[in-house]
Amino acid sequence: MPATSKILLAEVSIETTNKSLEVCVSGIWHIASKKPSWSQYSTSLKDIDLVFIKTSGLEAWDSSLLLFLIEIKTWCKIHKIACTTSALPTRMYDLLENLEGVYDSEIAKPRGENFLATVGIATQQAWFNLKGILGFIGEACLGLARLPSRLGKFRWRDWIHQMQACGVMSLPIVSLISFLVGLTLAYQAAVELRQFGADIFIADIVGLSVVREMGPMMAAIILAGRTGASFAATIGNMRANEEIDALEVLGISAIDFLVIPRLLALGLMMPLLTLYANCVGILGGMVVAGGILQIPPSAYWIETQSSIDLTDLGTGLLKATTFGLLIGLSGCMRGLQSERSAEGVGKATTSAVVTAILLIIIADSLFAILFHALGI
Amino acid sequence: MPALPTENMNQAKAAAIQAKGLSSGYEGKLILSDINFSVRQGEAFFIIGGSGCGKSTLLRTLVGLNTPQEGSVDILGKPFSKADLPTRRAQLRNIGMLFQSSALWSSLTLRQNVALPLEEHTALTRREIDEISMLKLAQLGLKGYEDYYPAEISGGMKKRAGLARALALDPAIVFFDEPWAGLDPITSRKLNHQIKDIQQTFGTTLVIVSHELESIFELADRVIMLDKDAKGIIAEGNPHALLKSTTDNRVKDFLHRGSSNNHPV
Repeated sequence: MPATSKILLAEVSIETTNKSLEVCVSGIWHIASKKPSWSQYSTSLKDIDLVFIKTSGLEAWDSSLLLFLIEIKTWCKIHKIACTTSALPTRMYDLLENLEGVYDSEIAKPRGENFLATVGIATQQAWFNLKGILGFIGEACLGLARLPSRLGKFRWRDWIHQMQACGVMSLPIVSLISFLVGLTLAYQAAVELRQFGADIFIADIVGLSVVREMGPMMAAIILAGRTGASFAATIGNMRANEEIDALEVLGISAIDFLVIPRLLALGLMMPLLTLYANCVGILGGMVVAGGILQIPPSAYWIETQSSIDLTDLGTGLLKATTFGLLIGLSGCMRGLQSERSAEGVGKATTSAVVTAILLIIIADSLFAILFHALGI
Repeated sequence: MPALPTENMNQAKAAAIQAKGLSSGYEGKLILSDINFSVRQGEAFFIIGGSGCGKSTLLRTLVGLNTPQEGSVDILGKPFSKADLPTRRAQLRNIGMLFQSSALWSSLTLRQNVALPLEEHTALTRREIDEISMLKLAQLGLKGYEDYYPAEISGGMKKRAGLARALALDPAIVFFDEPWAGLDPITSRKLNHQIKDIQQTFGTTLVIVSHELESIFELADRVIMLDKDAKGIIAEGNPHALLKSTTDNRVKDFLHRGSSNNHPV
């Protein structure tokens, strides 16, 4: 019969002589295997004043053996029994000595703050955040004011590149979303208007909603997610790689170099994208009007023209430009405030999108109040 | 050719850098306290010490990337850390810096990286800027790589390109943050020679943060050693002299690490 291979396990043997206990560890001690517990031996022990630990036939060992030995030492300490480990192999002995007192301190120091402290810290952070936003807006305004005097040094190439990235490259997604928004608005209106026989007014509803509100808003939200996030990620990454520091040390303003070309690109592209989004949104409405209400495209177009005037278009474009600048400011600001780590860049990107959308909604509400007050 | 000759004559007696009672740190945590030293013009000055002792913090404070909590920094005899932003920006024309990560602008080619400080701070023509950029890159052995982007070249080449950019405006002082970090011994040695050449040819003041003993002993005219617990300078002087004369065990341990490894010292 072939000999069966013997699987060695972590083994412990104890032997009592007078008042002295000899603990011998042997076998293979592996963290993933079952390890003996000192408590299964210690319960039967009485009248011991010395524990002597040694090894014999120890094939392999790791942290599991150290844990076991610490358990013995801790037990000895609690029961005021002397413990001798000098017979252990040197490396094991040294490690055990280094671990002395590891468990004396509290395992985890609570890092949470009480309620008042948490509220205080959050308020302080909100205040710093507001100061940061206002400071950045101020710096960006100064950068824009400096622009006429440094036109020769303006990064025209970057500006054109940014316009291509945030304008031309956004056309497909802006087309899709605007068309679907026009389509949805028209569907919602069609159901109601048909009941009153006011089918043709679908053109007025879609046209005005898109030009005054949905066109700039949808273009802005798309660009906040697409371009604002991209600005924050790019600038955040530059900060993590010390590229922003390099600009500062060479006496080059990060605002002039990075922020102004991006702001101007968005400020110019947003109204153009909005004009385009308006056209596609109206087209979406026209498709539904033709399909469901059998309104011919020519009648739809004439009705749209009669309902929208230049003031409506102007208010939409004014909003669009403002939204564009807000997206640019949020993206660049969060990028420049980013922590120098991959996680920091991720946070900055998320924060840029959230800040941009928040500012867009606030600005939109302010515009609504302003236009109402002005009777526009 | 550090800065303009007339400017140099006026600043002939001034220290390149003067740190007075400098304290610096991050988020309320004090890392360096009451640091006083001066760097003479044209010398190779090393800031040395173990990890976490505040070498890079001190360097960042000297170049204005960190605002000192207390004290001040003067550069070429003029207040720097306490000056207003436009004055500080103007003074930065006398400074170049090579970052640990090279910090080349990734969206620009090497030529554009070197050209940018010239575009910002000079009224040179496009052609002159291009010529100077090519010259600086060639000076550091990067001829033929002018139109490469930083992502397309090796770590050693990035360091040299970073140095070319730092030298673009022929600054009076060049700061180096761990210039040998991540480089193989041969590339390190090459970089050493190039740094030495720059100092000897143009009389440039070098301020180098490092713990590379071989380079410290080879290049340094003077060192200051920082200590984490002392939060300040624990030794100052020529490294060879310090090695012989110091009685401070921390300094001895640090400097002897090199000699125990058959260091040329």
